[in-house]
Amino acid sequence: MTRSRSPIALVLPAAAAAVIAVTPIWYLVDRSLERGWAEVVDELWRRRTLDLVLRSLGLTTAVTAGCVVIGLAAAWLVVRSDLPGRRLLRVAFTLPLAIPSYLSAFAWISWRPGLAGFTGATLVLTLVSYPYVMLPAMAALARLDPAHDDVARSLGKSRLHVLLRLTLPQIRTSIAAGALLVALYVLSDFGAVAAMRYEVFTWVVYGAYRAGFNPSRAAILATVLVLLALVLVLAESAARGRASARVGSGAARTSTPVRLGRATPLAYAFSAAVLLPALVFPLWRISVWVSTYISTEIDTGELFDALQSTLLLAALAAIATMLLAFPTGVLAARSNSRLARILERSTYIAHSLPGIVVAISLVYVGVRLLRPIYLEVPLLVLGYVVLFLPLAVGAVRNSVEQSPVRLEEVARSLGSRPGAVLRRVTAPLALPGIGVGAALVLLTTMKELPVTLVLHPTGTETLATRLWRYTSVSDYANAGPYALALVLFAAVPTALLSTPRLGGGARGSRS
Amino acid sequence: MTTHSVLTVHEVHKSFGTHHVLDGIELEVHAGEIVAVLGPSGCGKTTLLRLIAGFDQLDRGTITIDGRVVAERGHGSSASLPPERRRVGVVPQEGALFPHLDVAGNVGFGLHRGPEATARVAEVLNLVGLSTRLQHQRPHELSGGQQQRVALARALAPHPSLVLLDEPFSSLDAAMRNQVRDEVFDVLRAAGATAILVTHDQQEALSVADRVAVLMGGRVAQFGEPAQLYMAPSTLQVATFVGEAVVMPGAAHGQQVTCALGTLTTRAGDPTSGPVQVVVRPEQVAIASAGAGPESHRGPVPPTSVSGTVVGRSYFGHDGLVRVAVGDAITVACRTPAGDLPARGTQVRVWVTSPVMAFSTVS
Repeated sequence: MTRSRSPIALVLPAAAAAVIAVTPIWYLVDRSLERGWAEVVDELWRRRTLDLVLRSLGLTTAVTAGCVVIGLAAAWLVVRSDLPGRRLLRVAFTLPLAIPSYLSAFAWISWRPGLAGFTGATLVLTLVSYPYVMLPAMAALARLDPAHDDVARSLGKSRLHVLLRLTLPQIRTSIAAGALLVALYVLSDFGAVAAMRYEVFTWVVYGAYRAGFNPSRAAILATVLVLLALVLVLAESAARGRASARVGSGAARTSTPVRLGRATPLAYAFSAAVLLPALVFPLWRISVWVSTYISTEIDTGELFDALQSTLLLAALAAIATMLLAFPTGVLAARSNSRLARILERSTYIAHSLPGIVVAISLVYVGVRLLRPIYLEVPLLVLGYVVLFLPLAVGAVRNSVEQSPVRLEEVARSLGSRPGAVLRRVTAPLALPGIGVGAALVLLTTMKELPVTLVLHPTGTETLATRLWRYTSVSDYANAGPYALALVLFAAVPTALLSTPRLGGGARGSRS
Repeated sequence: MTTHSVLTVHEVHKSFGTHHVLDGIELEVHAGEIVAVLGPSGCGKTTLLRLIAGFDQLDRGTITIDGRVVAERGHGSSASLPPERRRVGVVPQEGALFPHLDVAGNVGFGLHRGPEATARVAEVLNLVGLSTRLQHQRPHELSGGQQQRVALARALAPHPSLVLLDEPFSSLDAAMRNQVRDEVFDVLRAAGATAILVTHDQQEALSVADRVAVLMGGRVAQFGEPAQLYMAPSTLQVATFVGEAVVMPGAAHGQQVTCALGTLTTRAGDPTSGPVQVVVRPEQVAIASAGAGPESHRGPVPPTSVSGTVVGRSYFGHDGLVRVAVGDAITVACRTPAGDLPARGTQVRVWVTSPVMAFSTVS
């Protein structure tokens, strides 16, 4: 009721964002059907396709389950327990996000080649993607009304009962959202499964594309992958059910942390069991590579070129994505019209699109429609925008939703036109969200592999592509410096993301 | 003072889905007048305010501000002025100050930048009793009462035709509430502002407003001066909503009604026959302990008094409220000086000292 109609100044750019997000899919379907339905049926009706589906689903299930367990436990430890050093642990638990999956995978198989296959893929993907569950779970735990715990305890319920019957049901939606992110990530991951030589969809799609003789096969398999992702998205929204909102307007108090007591060593053991393989091990491997590298011939020029283009591309992607995401995010938070919902959802379609699919569909779009920028920087940045738009839209939407609509209404009644309200009130209030979104896009762009591999301009190499080329031929000595640079630069925005209540802190400070 | 109307609300309807929130509202507010819109939660009072401010669109009806039609729908015409062109100042619940701007930035938001704006900011801050030293404070550094005054200053700064206050004191604690409320309305009267206060607190509405509109079931049930609402409510619902009252069934015959408190006199114009609901305010009931002599502080105990048992008492300092069970089904509240509240269980006699209200049971 308090939401207003959609202003045209927001709808037009949001519609542009939606078109950009949806066009690749249209081209994908078009390409799949190029040789008629018979070809599609023929391609799908193979034993191999079924194998691929089963393998992808198996890997997704195993990794998602592992991530939910680790992510929940880690979130609870750093938010609700009195574990000494939990602030530091909060950052440490987030840092594996800065390690690209393929890098972690190469770190493991360069040490124990026998890990290749399902075991290795599951291990690596779990270790790099549990933060996707942990971060939303942390936020949800911090938002819980501590009075609930107190009331339940005073009614004679045990801590375990409180955890199972009160806490978990309340953060269920956040867990489901995190699990969805993990599942989609596993379906779409290309680097880790390729490094672990585990044949799932993305790898086969890439192979079919690289082989080049049958592009519609790549498109058909990619479409199946999209359908799988879509099923996951639908399953999540069904599981979400009715979200429960906080009742009452009483100011949230910070809850008293749960005393771990004699369980403290156990908590440290858990943290070590997660952080050693997820963070310390890859860093140790990288340092081993780097130390070998120092004794060999160095090409620092090549390294700095790659670093420069990585940072430039990431910055361009962050700026372009935020510019396009802002109108959609504001619209999603402030308007409940059907149009606004459709526009927001269409940017989320890309959310379920594996990078390799976006890459291949943009190749088709590029060749047909955008010839002048095909294999140029703009098309690559467009690829990043399509992939990461939902991250940015979500961040903007969250921060705008946190500020009451009344602020904008008051601004209107004080004589500001809608455009001026957007500039003078909404944008400044959304600034923390814009920051979070930009950090996310920076981070994920730096790590991104499949789109960069397929669409990077000839002659331009990034840290990720160099790293990929060296590691895929087991030249770890030369890969070392790239790995180190990539992890170091990706760690900066990652650490920013682990800061609690980034929004509140930034808003409260004087500027 | 000429009493031209600043606001006219005519035949205004508004539904959300199938729920009729406003069902033909009529309201007229004169220049310099403070009108309270009073109603239980969910009665549509905030919706009415949002329609006046232009935040929502009406389904049918006309709203006129300062002789200018700002919203109209029906009879083939449809027009709506956007909120920024209505010259209406809004003071929302909890202030809703812009968190990214300091006090001066908030108050000056609706002004065109320049030396005049700076002077006006200082002027309205002074008007609401805030030191200009607070100019560079952020909203979160202010107390609740200061935030509310900044919100008022912000609304007044661009010289609005009309100020709308939406339960502006509900977030303040009880001790501060009365003080801030008095200050805010002193400021509004000093500024000669025309204002509408939306509230569900009948005491607040009756104490600050020149006139009160009681909103019930999407319509204005009664619109009048506070004393008129309290002493001469138009319906039983208004009677029980605007103040404490005991309701009991009775039978009317002429200007008299027979009920659990005996045979009482009714007001002129009340029903003269048939079953009625009798409404008695605590101020109309006198009390004396059963053992006492024929004299009490409210005069002699009349023979028509009825006996009862004290079942509860509330002490307010300036006076007290005693609840007396009369018979099996009726509990009467009587307001008495605070000095001598009888204890629970005491046998007392109660009687009614002035004409009571009676409303026809069939409606």
